[in-house]
Amino acid sequence: MTVHDLQKALNQNIREYGMYIALAVIMLIFEITTGGLFLQPGNIANLMNQTGYIAVLAVGMTLVIVIRHIDLSVGFLAGFLGAIAAIGLTTLHLPVWLVIPAVLVIGVLAGLLTALPVAKLGIPSFVASLAGWLIYRGLLLRSTTSTGTLNIKDETFVALSNGKIPDFLPKDALLPGLHILTLTIGVAAILWFIWADIRARKIKKSYNFEVIPLDMQIIKLALISIAIGYVTWTLAANNGMGWTIVIMLAVVGVYDWITRQTVIGRHIYAIGGNPEAAELSGISVSKVTMLVFGSMGLLTAVSGILLASRLQSAGPSAGAMLELDAIAAAYIGGVSAAGGVGKVTGSVVGAIVYMSLRNGMNLMGVDESLQYIIRGGVLALAVIFDVATRRVKR
Amino acid sequence: MSKTILEMKSITKTFPGVRALNNVSFQVTEGEIHCLVGENGAGKSTLMKVLSGVYPHGDYEGDILLRGEVQNFRGIPDSEHAGIAIIYQELALFPELTVYENILMGQELTKGLAIDWNETIRKATEMLKTVRLKVNPEMKIKDLGIGQQQLVEIAKALCKDVKLLILDEPTAALNEDDAENLLSLILELKKKGITSVLISHRLKEVIHIADTVTVLRDGQTICTLDSKSGDVSEANLIKNMVGREINNIYPPRSHAVEPVVVLEIKNWNGYDPKLGRTVLKEMNLKLHKGEIIGIAGLMGSGRTELAKSIFGNPDRYHLQGELLIKGKKVEFKSPRDAIAAKLAYASEDRKGNGLILIQDIKSNISLAKLERISSRGVTDQNLEVKFANEFKTSLNIKTPSVEQRVSNLSGGNQQKVSIAKWLFVEPEVLILDEPSRGIDVGAKFEIYTIMNRLVEQGMSIIMISSELPEVLGMSDRIYVVSAGRIAGELSRSEATQEKIMHMATQ
Repeated sequence: MTVHDLQKALNQNIREYGMYIALAVIMLIFEITTGGLFLQPGNIANLMNQTGYIAVLAVGMTLVIVIRHIDLSVGFLAGFLGAIAAIGLTTLHLPVWLVIPAVLVIGVLAGLLTALPVAKLGIPSFVASLAGWLIYRGLLLRSTTSTGTLNIKDETFVALSNGKIPDFLPKDALLPGLHILTLTIGVAAILWFIWADIRARKIKKSYNFEVIPLDMQIIKLALISIAIGYVTWTLAANNGMGWTIVIMLAVVGVYDWITRQTVIGRHIYAIGGNPEAAELSGISVSKVTMLVFGSMGLLTAVSGILLASRLQSAGPSAGAMLELDAIAAAYIGGVSAAGGVGKVTGSVVGAIVYMSLRNGMNLMGVDESLQYIIRGGVLALAVIFDVATRRVKR
Repeated sequence: MSKTILEMKSITKTFPGVRALNNVSFQVTEGEIHCLVGENGAGKSTLMKVLSGVYPHGDYEGDILLRGEVQNFRGIPDSEHAGIAIIYQELALFPELTVYENILMGQELTKGLAIDWNETIRKATEMLKTVRLKVNPEMKIKDLGIGQQQLVEIAKALCKDVKLLILDEPTAALNEDDAENLLSLILELKKKGITSVLISHRLKEVIHIADTVTVLRDGQTICTLDSKSGDVSEANLIKNMVGREINNIYPPRSHAVEPVVVLEIKNWNGYDPKLGRTVLKEMNLKLHKGEIIGIAGLMGSGRTELAKSIFGNPDRYHLQGELLIKGKKVEFKSPRDAIAAKLAYASEDRKGNGLILIQDIKSNISLAKLERISSRGVTDQNLEVKFANEFKTSLNIKTPSVEQRVSNLSGGNQQKVSIAKWLFVEPEVLILDEPSRGIDVGAKFEIYTIMNRLVEQGMSIIMISSELPEVLGMSDRIYVVSAGRIAGELSRSEATQEKIMHMATQ
């Protein structure tokens, strides 16, 4: 393998790898500028927990953007749903196994409500969701003003964002100081990655498609394994993985499967790719639109629960600006404004990139105002990079 | 004695794979009304785009001469500056603005920095008088009828001090009264010294108004006829418009059409609420099992509208009349219903609404009936590849693999993917809208062979086509559509290009 091969492979796959390379570069920069604090186990765990509620939102937002819409209401909706959960648990003393499903259902209904004028009347989603933004802001204020910020004491609820998964062996039984289940999950993830990548290579070859040179593939897999391994090890050494990561992985896993392997996934990407062709192909654009927004509502509920759990409370400004974070994460992750393009896995990585910026800059003590400017700059760069490389490929 | 105001000399314009204009030359005398006629695809619009600067100098070969001087237009502003104004069928007006705003758009009268509204309204009123349009200049364009909007466009052109007025199918969307009004206006403008070039399909109008007629066919000038010499007659025009030899490039067919009616429409009417007019008028049509019926007609006559109205009415026309599938009355609420009833529609605009260009071949093929490659909502991608490969072989789609993006395929192969997609739904009635548009001869023959194979196996096909030789070569029966109506029905044996063109231009 020569430098030339490396260059060629990068040029061809720059779009796919660009984001991972950017993530690695960002992490490296922060590791240096924070004097080694960034990659400390405690911080990695912290980063993962911070990313959780954004990543979940970004997954939902990906599908919305794919079908050429946008949902600006998710921020305050998440806050409002968190407040509902808080009220249910504290004021109404309802059990947690009732409150959480109820909040999820309300989230779905909220999503469907936003979608109704869009799907049936052709109202731009920008306007419909902006109306939602205002309405949920009001509802959030109403539900928290009289009581002030609600504190949530329920242990199960709080554990979602702050607790760690249990181990199936007593501590120190196998490897001292290391969480076995976490390690198992990490190893499983690495093995799955390797298997999936090799299988994809085999399939590509059977179609006579170009594949990157074998030694490059091995290096790529090695790097990914090291990355996953490191993260897993730091988490395992720190009493294990948090529930947040598990929830995030579950959501991404399910949605990735849905988008790649199901009929409804095909319908979603078809509508995004060419809505008229989709209509003529027998797809109900309005039904799928309702479904995508309903799913966004569901994930907003998950995000709201994680957020309220993390803060252990629901306050009057919970969820402010969250929609922008989710949209930024989705665009960094490769979704296209033209529609029909964008992977949910990409959006999760986009969320990690976005939150790494925030996390790292906090560690560095960068002023908040500067942080906004930098985040905006990175988002612009990501989208410009995306559009520029898209053109070159033709 | 009269001078030549415009000469287009040896104009050749090529697009990838297609020579739209081949050494076209014609001259227009100052102050005359010159008509350009030709069937779909003859090159009339392309020629006018060259003249108006849409295709700038350098994008074509040959010369444009205005009063003997060579012109190098770099864009529409240049041609406008030279006194050429072109009015398209799709009017370029702003519906939400007033008549006077539209008339002076692009040449606003100013007093210092601000627009002088008094002058504007005065000038606009003057223009309206010239075109004899009696409307309040403060009315919004969207509140005017199409005939009136057409006149506003002309008023706009006159405001630009036009010397050469080009009108592309000006009466196509007008009713009889408005059309007559427009034509007499053009005659009046002639008296004022304005030269007009009219592109029109309505041969009766052409005969009535033209001083000279130039006929284009397949991108070439066939002849220029002088009305004074008596050569301009309908028969003569049609003969020149279509007069080509029909080569036998159509595969032979050996099957019998069965006397079973698989699809029928009775008193079919369709009103388009978006356009605000009736696009389908009292249509009656029958399709038999194993038959290929050709739907001929000029562009814009309503053929695609007819097809879509049958295939689930996605554009939401207000429909009246009966649609019968195998003798039973049906009402399709969406294309999905039509597909379930074993209909298929391969649209004429495959890039626009037929295929999803950013996706690969196999995904496009399976899209209209994903149930065939999935169970309980989960797709079986191996099965999908298998089906796609079968089509790749049977339709001879030239591609290294079915994972190739459709946008990377040639036009002919894209069309084959479109056909594959609609064969995948296993239809009994297949509607093909312009199946061989933009495709080379070899691929065309392949598609014709496939069509024959399908009807031999019992499928019935409705083929919408603007290519007369194709309609004659492939159809068992031909319906001719003109301005939203079925103008006539011809059997294979009695049909000729002239007869079809005659019915199409009624």
